[in-house]
Amino acid sequence: MHEVDMTKCLVLSMNEWRQQHSPALPVVERVHLQVGDFTCVEPDQLLFTWRLAVQNSWLDGAELAIEAVPLVGRCVRCQHTYSPSAETAYRSPCCDHPMEEIVSGRELRIRSVDYSLES
Amino acid sequence: MHMPLEDTLGLNLLAANQHQAAHNREHFDAWQLLCLNVMSSPGAGKTSLLEQTLTALSSDLAMAVLEGDMTTQLDADRLEAVGVPVVPITTGRACHLDAAMVSGGLRLLGQRLDPASLDLLWVENVGNLVCPAEFEVGEHRKVALLSVTEGDDKPLKYPVMFREADCVLITKTDLLPYLPVDIERIEAHIHQVNPHCTVLRVSASSGEGLDGWHSWIRRELSAQRHQQVADPRRHGRRDSSGPDHDVVLHLVNA
Repeated sequence: MHEVDMTKCLVLSMNEWRQQHSPALPVVERVHLQVGDFTCVEPDQLLFTWRLAVQNSWLDGAELAIEAVPLVGRCVRCQHTYSPSAETAYRSPCCDHPMEEIVSGRELRIRSVDYSLES
Repeated sequence: MHMPLEDTLGLNLLAANQHQAAHNREHFDAWQLLCLNVMSSPGAGKTSLLEQTLTALSSDLAMAVLEGDMTTQLDADRLEAVGVPVVPITTGRACHLDAAMVSGGLRLLGQRLDPASLDLLWVENVGNLVCPAEFEVGEHRKVALLSVTEGDDKPLKYPVMFREADCVLITKTDLLPYLPVDIERIEAHIHQVNPHCTVLRVSASSGEGLDGWHSWIRRELSAQRHQQVADPRRHGRRDSSGPDHDVVLHLVNA
């Protein structure tokens, strides 16, 4: 359940972000994440641990929006992009080449924050 | 009045951990040592391999171990018996070491010796093929172990770990005569997800392949020392879409 630790890291980053707005208190409506398919993260568990982690904190009520990013590889022989999968041992269908270059799918990114400032 | 606003962060989800890992690595580079993060599933033979490796290399390399374990000090006691300083890090319920835990281990290590006197710092991670792959601790190289008893499908089932590894050791090769396992298939599957990593066959029991493993360590130590002198910045990773890419942004923003 490493999503617990990932959520802790996320909350730490959000706390840091909040400092930038000090002394104003940002009210966060939504945090947008990008989570690649080729990571060790289960989005549902992240949503679950997020709800627990932000309870009674300044982030209470903030939603987590997770955009899944598909795994895309690029065949280094012919430059075609493809969707690597375990069933085909991640090889490129065009040239039967191993998964060398990953174009997307390794993202674990806090993309943006929707918020308002009390004034 | 409330104004809806949006901030684009582009920050790594694990930025807090990455930040600490980068900080650890700065120390490693200042001390001019090579830090290796050793990972595998439980029982793949990390501690046995380390026992042999520490014994073989301790005559001419100064080494220390940060030993991650969930609840016990059993592995740390085994390694300490070899005569190399070991700092146990019990992670409690956490299934991996993170950069802050390693930082805590470094502080304890610093009370026992001058880390600048070390050539190699070993981090033996908690036995797990999933989580440790995502949590950098500041290492220069990742070493993954896969024992022949685990089956040839593991690199495909746990691809992130094998993708991230710089060196994969196929362990317990002395058992091959007794198992219906095709070691070439294991190697092929590792190279399917990571075509350029070093793959070595070793047995801590029979000693098979350990010379090649020791040569790899010495080669990487030498390469890292050259890099530390020429360019004291960190060792980068391959995948530009990957987690590491963002930490640079984070440090610039910090």
